[in-house]
Amino acid sequence: MDATSHSFKRNVHARLGDEALQANLRRFGGGFADRRRDAVGRVDDFEALRDRASEIRAEVLTHLDHWLLAFEAEATRRGTAVHWAETGAEANQILLGIARAAGVQRVIKSKSMVSEESGLNAVLGAAGIEVTETDLGEYILQLADEPPSHIIAPAIHKSRDEVSALFAEHHGTPLTRDIPALCEEARQHLRPRFLQADMGVSGGNFLIAETGSVAIVTNEGNGRMVTTLPRVHVAITGIEKVLPTLDDLSAILRVLPRSATGQDITNYVSVLTGTRDAGADDGPEQNHVILVDNGRSRLLGGALHDALRCIRCGACMNHCPVYQNIGGHAYGWVYPGPIGAILTPAFLGLEKALDLPQASTLCAACEVVCPVRIPLPELMRTLREQEMEQGLRPWHERLSIRLWRWLALHPALYAVATRWGIRVLRWLAGKDGQVHRLPGLDGWTEGRDMPAPQGSTFRDQWRTQLAAREAQGKARAAATPVAMAAAGAARSKAP
Amino acid sequence: MSTARDRILARVRSGLGTRAGEVPDRPVRSPAPLARPVHDRVTDFRQRAESLQSTVDHVDEMDAVPLAVARYLAGLPPVTNGMVVWPELAALDWAGAGLAVEARSALSADQVGITGVCCAIAETGTLLLDSGPGHSATASLLPETHIAVVPVAVILERMEEAFAQVLARRGELPRAVNFISGPSRTADIEQTIVIGAHGPRRVHIVLVG
Repeated sequence: MDATSHSFKRNVHARLGDEALQANLRRFGGGFADRRRDAVGRVDDFEALRDRASEIRAEVLTHLDHWLLAFEAEATRRGTAVHWAETGAEANQILLGIARAAGVQRVIKSKSMVSEESGLNAVLGAAGIEVTETDLGEYILQLADEPPSHIIAPAIHKSRDEVSALFAEHHGTPLTRDIPALCEEARQHLRPRFLQADMGVSGGNFLIAETGSVAIVTNEGNGRMVTTLPRVHVAITGIEKVLPTLDDLSAILRVLPRSATGQDITNYVSVLTGTRDAGADDGPEQNHVILVDNGRSRLLGGALHDALRCIRCGACMNHCPVYQNIGGHAYGWVYPGPIGAILTPAFLGLEKALDLPQASTLCAACEVVCPVRIPLPELMRTLREQEMEQGLRPWHERLSIRLWRWLALHPALYAVATRWGIRVLRWLAGKDGQVHRLPGLDGWTEGRDMPAPQGSTFRDQWRTQLAAREAQGKARAAATPVAMAAAGAARSKAP
Repeated sequence: MSTARDRILARVRSGLGTRAGEVPDRPVRSPAPLARPVHDRVTDFRQRAESLQSTVDHVDEMDAVPLAVARYLAGLPPVTNGMVVWPELAALDWAGAGLAVEARSALSADQVGITGVCCAIAETGTLLLDSGPGHSATASLLPETHIAVVPVAVILERMEEAFAQVLARRGELPRAVNFISGPSRTADIEQTIVIGAHGPRRVHIVLVG
């Protein structure tokens, strides 16, 4: 997928000014957080579940090479062909090769974010192979020719009216505001595609090393169709998705759906191993897994290592005040929200996504909800430091930080500067006590006013109060002996 | 010539400082905590399955299943197209209950798929269906109505036990182990939950025993 993460500020500007998008974000954004809260509330000790899930993911990563090879060995023994791709482009070529060798004309897909990384659909389309997305959200976006704006609810930025207009245009059906009717229309339209396809492409939520299986977590049933009906199944997934055992999968599944959609469990969890069972009359004759690196291996052992624990639940974006206001497209690549602010610069290069690690107030809501305890704010801070160290921030930002540092190291000058700064701000504010425009820092005052400082500087106030306290202390000390003497006199008068 | 596989593994190892052939020592752990305790397997399974919009009936013995299924179907629009059943259940007296079932895998036009289960999970109200000869995966996927026959003896506490059960019975995992928790659904338009996405619109569970 072509990235626009380098022009984040321009993207944000456009999204904030898009009234329809803003209305959609307001109306649909909060539901996830409420549902997660309710689901977590039904659990005895959710923190214990998070601990277990985090431990498992952290453990896998420390010996990822071992678990990948264990997966490969067992998957191969069971008849699955395992392929390795260094880049998204390589993954596309491998998949195209499989499709050509099998004489594939029609592909049905269930959701795969890795295939969004690689831009698979365009490559298959250019090769004359018909591709149909079957997750309802992804199908809507395929019709709209847009990328997903959320990792588990790809079309969350669209209203029913927009969906209805798309369906009317592509299916030739009348407009409707009835959401179940729209879902039914997609069901009717996609069912024949499921039956006609000769290849199914899915993502892979997890790879299980001990059994050589791919685990897929879905709700609509399209994932099951894609992996059951066509004669060829290809799962395309990242190299970090391995889990050692089925017990590990069971433990992780206690946090994934609860953190994602607020479900105790998704409708379907499919654990797929090898090809059609001997004597069975359904299931693919060929099964492939493409393990995609695309920048992941570089993160291992480095400052961003922990980001690879991610199990793609979307809780970080569902709880992010920045994501909630700008939506997923503004981030400019596949993964939005806090995890996207880390993965995008990590995978594409820091210089291609300079503003993403800055797109956070570091409020840490994401860290509080992350089911595998990724220290997201800390990782964003690390990327900010790297940007500064590598001289990637704009010159005026670097200059102002250097100036501030110099000033802060000279306390006397700092005191004078702040005292004058207050006066200047008050003068700029005028009668209503609000600064409407800060010359040189217009970005800050463009969308909000800044209240003018009141009173004196902190240091002046500190000095005044300290002096007052000392004076008070002295007065009390002076008063005390008198009081005691008076009390003593009163006692002696008693009978 | 080094392959993509070699280069990826080399980068992984250089990042982690691991060596080829090194086997990690995993700590031995107690079983993972349950999300919700299971007090009574049958009661909890039933209650949680119902909370996932499955419907549940309970009969005393296998012979009572066809009549229970007929009773359930009587409340739905009439079945005009096929009704398929897993072969292992075909010997029940379906005709006696007025039902014309066929023991085969499902086609898209079939309206009802009747299956057994490998086991069920009380923690979440989930069914586990294993693939294999006679265990058509399409029967629980293509028809609008999926009816699962669940002997209460196969209701286990947790997913870990369910995997162990499959492995014990089959030796290794079959092609597909499908955990099913209620009818298919989507919330992809305006976050509004709609039951009946691409898979079944109804999941009806008949407990036996």
